Amino acid sequence: MKMKLATWATAALMAASPVMADLVMPSLSYRTGPYAVGGIPLADGYADYFTLLNERDGGIGGVPVRVLECETAYNTEKGVECYESTKAEGSLVYQPFSTGITYQLIPKVTADGIALHTMGYGRTSAANGKVFSNVFNYPTNYWDAASVAVNYLLDENGGDLSGHKIALVYHNSAYGKEPIRTLEGLAEKHGFELSLIPVDHPGQEQKSQWLQIRRDKPDTVLMWGWGVMNQVAVQEAANIRFPMENFIGAWWSGAEADVIPAGAAANGYKALTMNGVGRDYPIYDDIQKYVVDAGKAAGAGDQIGTVLYNRTIYAAFLAHMAILKAQEIHGVADITQAMMIDGMENLEITDEMMAEYGMPNFGPAFSVSCENHGGPGVGAVTQWDAAAGEWKQITDFAPSDKEIINPLIEEDSMAFASENNIDLRCN
Amino acid sequence: MLYREAGDFSTTYPQDSQTFPIRFDRYRYYVVLFIAIVVVPFMINDYWVNSLFMPFLIYAIAAIGLNILTGYCGQVSLGTGGFMAVGAYACYKLMTGFPEVSMFIHVLLSGLITAAVGVLFGLPSLRIKGFYLAVATLAAQFFLVWMFNRVSWFYNYSASGQINAPERDTFGILITGPSTEAWATYMFCLIFTIFSAVVARNLTRGSLGRQWMAIRDMDIAAEIIGVNPLKAKLTAFAVSSFFVGISGALFFAVYLGAVEVGEVFGITKSFIVLFMIIIGGLGSIFGSFAGAAFIVMLPVVLKIVGVDWLGWPTDIVAHLNLVIVGLLIVIFLIAEPHGLAQLWRVAKEKLRLWPFPH
Repeated sequence: MKMKLATWATAALMAASPVMADLVMPSLSYRTGPYAVGGIPLADGYADYFTLLNERDGGIGGVPVRVLECETAYNTEKGVECYESTKAEGSLVYQPFSTGITYQLIPKVTADGIALHTMGYGRTSAANGKVFSNVFNYPTNYWDAASVAVNYLLDENGGDLSGHKIALVYHNSAYGKEPIRTLEGLAEKHGFELSLIPVDHPGQEQKSQWLQIRRDKPDTVLMWGWGVMNQVAVQEAANIRFPMENFIGAWWSGAEADVIPAGAAANGYKALTMNGVGRDYPIYDDIQKYVVDAGKAAGAGDQIGTVLYNRTIYAAFLAHMAILKAQEIHGVADITQAMMIDGMENLEITDEMMAEYGMPNFGPAFSVSCENHGGPGVGAVTQWDAAAGEWKQITDFAPSDKEIINPLIEEDSMAFASENNIDLRCN
Repeated sequence: MLYREAGDFSTTYPQDSQTFPIRFDRYRYYVVLFIAIVVVPFMINDYWVNSLFMPFLIYAIAAIGLNILTGYCGQVSLGTGGFMAVGAYACYKLMTGFPEVSMFIHVLLSGLITAAVGVLFGLPSLRIKGFYLAVATLAAQFFLVWMFNRVSWFYNYSASGQINAPERDTFGILITGPSTEAWATYMFCLIFTIFSAVVARNLTRGSLGRQWMAIRDMDIAAEIIGVNPLKAKLTAFAVSSFFVGISGALFFAVYLGAVEVGEVFGITKSFIVLFMIIIGGLGSIFGSFAGAAFIVMLPVVLKIVGVDWLGWPTDIVAHLNLVIVGLLIVIFLIAEPHGLAQLWRVAKEKLRLWPFPH
């Protein structure tokens, strides 16, 4: 009887696919709900990149990639369900693109020995590989984002922020609260005044928050928003005639869908980014040729080249490189979950590699080590040009203030280690 | 035919007033219990537990709780999510404050704390009813979530504002945390579900339950025949919140392990539990189980059929789920206000007469 139920379970899971060697990449996507506006381009980019590899190269190292898409609606319960239903198929790395789901999965992947890659989101202190064995958040994280934004303001204001007023409009969740500690540290260091303005999930109603901003007249507004909250905030900022060039979003608050609804009023809005913008990269020619023209584009196929689509192209590229590394280390093409972690831990991204795969200067060059799962922590600033209808990168990838961030990472990860009785690795 | 009472005689009062007076029903109940306790734990894996059994068992407790308040006592509540949050945060504070105490005690205490909070928010029910009470409980929902987000003492001052369940055990068996065994968490929730169902069933059959139902059916008449509305309404709030608190504690500690209050215990949670008792059946313990099973299983079944077998896009299937649930709620409210439980009751009546309908 035990046998029989196990057989049913696998039969139900395997029914869709023929049994053969493949690299399973789960995609916990959210094409529905208030965060779908961000989730759709993310899911499309992730799927299209692996379709491209299958069509153009026959997979990675000769082994085809199978993308397992599972709808989470940005909901943690459904995220857990998706994780449980896909992990037994040999899923190599989870990229949930949700900080809430990330917090659920950190203990689970550690117990199950599966890699979790949270690029620029999730738990920032996972950058400390001594504590978090299976979790990676290279190339950068929220705390770097906060610091890059403040560094950018320092540059703009001649290196002096004393007396400057910064308001942080944030999604009232683990995601939105992440940068607060860093900003508080930076406020102390640089002498600016920080005010915190939370917006509750899902963020469709922000009248009172922007009324407060109009009254307080901060010099700069930073925003940690996601989903429908972004476009509402940009619209509200336009309504109170807040100068857009003083309004800077995090990298999850700077996509086309966030600014287009506000029309010309959104012109000049700035946002951080961790990857290149636009489709002026050779890889898009290949995507056009092998994916779009072949009719294999994911979703409606209308997201190609948008900011968030590019972000998952980058995420998928990093996973691709980690798989190649794992194949190289272990000498087998059909790698296991444990091998994938080795591949990610020894990952090295160089400018030549990015150029070779058609993405020159798309992101920074960096390497991952046992101790450092966080990468270099760089970010760039982009600005929306409403007339041209495109994002323009206005700074180079610049580093963050590690003097503030490293002690915070150390403190937070050590607290996690002592709470959960984790022995430090990499000794 | 299956439900023939012929030859099924009660010779004592306890026999006559037992929960399942028909022998077949009683045996079916024992078989279900036997399978749930003895067979299932040996067959389940992480997937079955985390995707189906645990959410089903936990939602069933919440549905029983809400059913006592709404189905039996007639007090409409939209605060279920907030009360679940009280259970979850109470459990978190207890787990981190007293790590050596058994999880059983923590969960029960969380239920009691929620009961106290529930009574507090139940006080307005003495003055207002119907839609106005629904709005008052809605205020409780938003207030509680806001408070757990705002006051950092509740989440032990963690930077993310999340609560994370540390590893805790009972009788040396791990119940919370990532390295639990599937059967252990299943059994832990099952014990609470059976306990809740048995207690709720017997409460609703006794004098307290009759008082609740009298208040539900017509509060002025109930008062005239001697039912104390203060006592009846507040006990309904207390008992209901006790169960809802237990389910919130289990939801956080055993099922999810990490919780962000606005997302997990938001207004949607209140609605989901309300949908469960509407579809399952107001004023029925069996209905609570049927509704919970239905709402938990529908997306999983749709996903297996739609995505895995038929290869449909995941977003279409997710939207289909919403459409089906919405449609069913409308249909049930119009065609069968007593829900799946009533369908089951009708089926039983028919089976009793079958194959001779007259």
